[in-house]
Formats: sequence, C-alpha cells, structure tokens
Amino acid sequence: MTAETFVPALRVEGLTKTFGTKTVLRDVDLDVRSGETVVVIGASGSGKTTLLRCVSHLELPTAGTVDVDGRPIGRVPVAGGWKNSSERQLAIQRRCIGFVFQRFNLFPHLTALDNVAIGLRKVRGFSAREARARAAEHLSKVFLSDHVAKRPHELSGGQQQRVAIARAIAMEPTIILFDEPTSALDPELVREVLDAIRLLATGGMTSVIVTHEMSFARQVANRVIYMDEGVIVEQGTPAELFGAPREPRTRRFLEHFTISNTGRPNEQH
Amino acid sequence: MSIDWNIVQTAIPLLARGTVVTLQISLVAGVLACIIGFALGLASLSNFRPLRWIISAYVDFVRGTPLLIQVFLVFFALPVIGIRFDEIWAGIIALAFNTSAYIAETVRGGVGSVERGQTEAAKSIGMFRWQILSYILLPQALRPMLPPLTNELISMTKNTSLLSVISVYELTRAGQAIISVHFVPFEIYLLLALYYYALIKALSYFSRWIESRMPAL
Repeated sequence: MTAETFVPALRVEGLTKTFGTKTVLRDVDLDVRSGETVVVIGASGSGKTTLLRCVSHLELPTAGTVDVDGRPIGRVPVAGGWKNSSERQLAIQRRCIGFVFQRFNLFPHLTALDNVAIGLRKVRGFSAREARARAAEHLSKVFLSDHVAKRPHELSGGQQQRVAIARAIAMEPTIILFDEPTSALDPELVREVLDAIRLLATGGMTSVIVTHEMSFARQVANRVIYMDEGVIVEQGTPAELFGAPREPRTRRFLEHFTISNTGRPNEQH
Repeated sequence: MSIDWNIVQTAIPLLARGTVVTLQISLVAGVLACIIGFALGLASLSNFRPLRWIISAYVDFVRGTPLLIQVFLVFFALPVIGIRFDEIWAGIIALAFNTSAYIAETVRGGVGSVERGQTEAAKSIGMFRWQILSYILLPQALRPMLPPLTNELISMTKNTSLLSVISVYELTRAGQAIISVHFVPFEIYLLLALYYYALIKALSYFSRWIESRMPAL
C-alpha cells in the first residue's frame, strides 16, 4: 500500500454530538492506524465515552463521519451524496467495530462459552460446533478456559470483563473500543483485565481505550489523547504527553492525577 | 332451606362434563391467545410506526370494551358481514383475541424491562433487531413475564363462563340447564362456584409450580 492510498483502520472526521442544548463532542478528528493502541484520558464529562459510543454508532452522531478500513459507518452512498444507514445496514456495518463496556453487559442467560459463541453462530454463521470451538479458543486467550461453563453471575467482575473481551475479539473486528473497562471493578480485579488487554494489544489488536489507569496507559499506548470539553486538547506518545505536556489544561489534569489517583480533576480555566 | 342432595348427586357428573368443555375451550383459547399475544407484543416492538399504532389501537379497544360485548360481536355481528362461526369457535375466538391484547402488553413490558446494556451488547456484535429480540431479550424477559402471563390465562379460564350466554355447553351452561329443568338455583350455583374455585385453584398451583421450576437468571 503506498502512502497516498493509506487507509487508516479508523478515521473520524468532524464528529459532533449534542444532547439537547449540550454539546458533548465538538468537531473531533481522529485517525487510528492498524495495530495501533490509542488511549483516551480526560475528566469525567469530557466526552471520551461519547466519542466511543458515536464511533460505534450506539449513539448516533449529530454531525461528522466515521470510516473503518475506508468503509463508512452509519451512512450509505446515494446519488449525489450520503444518507443515514437503516438499522439493518448499520448492524452489518458495525460488525467491524468491537465494543467492551464498562459494566460488561454479558448475557446473563448464557454461559461464558455461549456469550462468546452466540455472535459467531448467529452473526458470523458458524455451525454450533465450530462456534463453540472458536469461542473456547478465544476464552483461553483471556485465561478463562476453566470457566467456560459458568454463567456470568458465577464469575467475578474481572472474569466477566474478560469474557466480554473474548466476546468482542471473537467477532474479529477491525478495531475494538474499550469504554473504561476497569472502572466498575474492585481494585484487586483491575490488573487481570488490564493484563488481558495488554496481551491483545501487543498481539497486534487495533484499539481505542478510554481509561483512568494512567500507568497502564503509559505502558500500553502507542498514542495518548487528552480530551476536555468534547475536544481533543492534546495527543502524543506516552512519553510526550505524560513527560512533557504542552497544553496547560493537560498539565493541570495530569498534575491532579499524580497527586490523587481517585479525585476528580480540576476543571477551572 | 334444606339442600336437595339428590339433585347434587345428579348434577355432579353433568357438571363434570361441563368442566371438561370449559377446560378444552380454555386450552385452545389459551394457546391461540399466547400465539397472537406474543406476535402482537413483538410486533409492537418493531420500529415500523404504523404497525405499532394499529396494535396499540387494537389493545386499547379490547381493554376498553367488555368481554361480553366482544363475544356478541364475534357471534352475532360478524355473521352479518359474512363471517360465521359456531358458538364454540365464536367463544374461543372472542376469548383468544381478548386475552391476546393483555398478553401483548405483558410481552411488550417484559421485553422493555430488560436492561438497555443488553441491547447495546447485542448490537455491538452486529446482531439484527430480530436476533436481539429472540436470542437476547425474550429469553431474559420470560421469567418476569410468567406471573402476569399465567394470571391472564387463569382469568381467561374464569371468563369462559360468559360463553354460556351464546349457548356454549361449558360449566356454567351445564349448571343452568339443570336449573331450568329442576329449578334448584341454590344447590347448582353453589356447586358451580365450588367447581370453578377448585379449577382455578388447581391452575394457580400449577402455574406457581411452573414458575418455581423456571431457572432464575
């Protein structure tokens, strides 16, 4: 592929989202290369989660475009322009985007194995047998081979989140979006989930990860993005952003973080 | 006032036969009501607006009019426009459509009560709306839907007594037939009440038993 025809795994252009009169995302542009791990940090209410939800079109953007591997998400070409995808078209377009939720959202009526297998079967069309074999393989990648037959309520939060990760990677999406994957976990369970994500990231998975785990961001990210008030304030390598932030807002946010890991960052200007 | 035990003895087997008809009607109407009710309930969750309006108008009409009038509509009014049923089928159809409206609401409410994150997770793996409904939402909604559902079916069974007015020979009608010959309303209506009570009790025990066997999520 030559430089001129380079197509990013994810291209976001002019993404804007308003809820009523409140603008949560303002004209956000973002490219993610294949294999890249992008970590998004920022205070709560800065628009990080909305960014991910708009990329996957779980929330429909007010304006802007999203393309994965050069293929449009949420819109289809018509004579002389674009129109919004139908629900059915969107379901198909969305298959190249994986999503890991803060609260896991596992299917409580299914075992861990079937949580992973159901998409392989019903969406990707594998036979029941093949779907289960693949699901077992993906569960082993997140170290859950011993728990395949358990229902979500029999698993710890960390295990549930790892099942959710296996469910997402099993669909072999182009990119996976992680929405604060460890925020709902007890502190002692955070590590196992981050380890699983780290392993997948080093294995070449393309991902955008919203997190408050700064040391994890530092280790795993190829690029860190700092968001505030619905815009990308600053981005760079972990060394650049954590070591020498250019923007005062970024500096204030990070300072606050090193002082207290739990407090809400200062938002005065 | 003394009870005529001879009449009671004569009545018991006759009423038993009526009970069998009541059960048969309830079973057929119940199955039909579930099929129609689930279909309507699921259709009312579609995002095709005209369909939702039609169903909600239907449910509104059924819930806003007496069952007795609906029975008359099916048995006396429909033949005028050329749709004719015998009294048993008219009764079954009226009951089934009446109950289906309530079941449709139960289904809609049950599916709607499943947490939003479930739909989002299913969307995130690329499922179509109908797949989300049938593989994710409905299985989770069945458990909370069961008590209201069995209640609807049990009250439908009680309502079969209304079919006596269109000469369906079910339990109530069987009793009335005895009364009209022997004029013993006290004994027979008391017996009828007991028969219905036993029937309904048995059905509610049965449905509690089913509920207890449903695995909790």
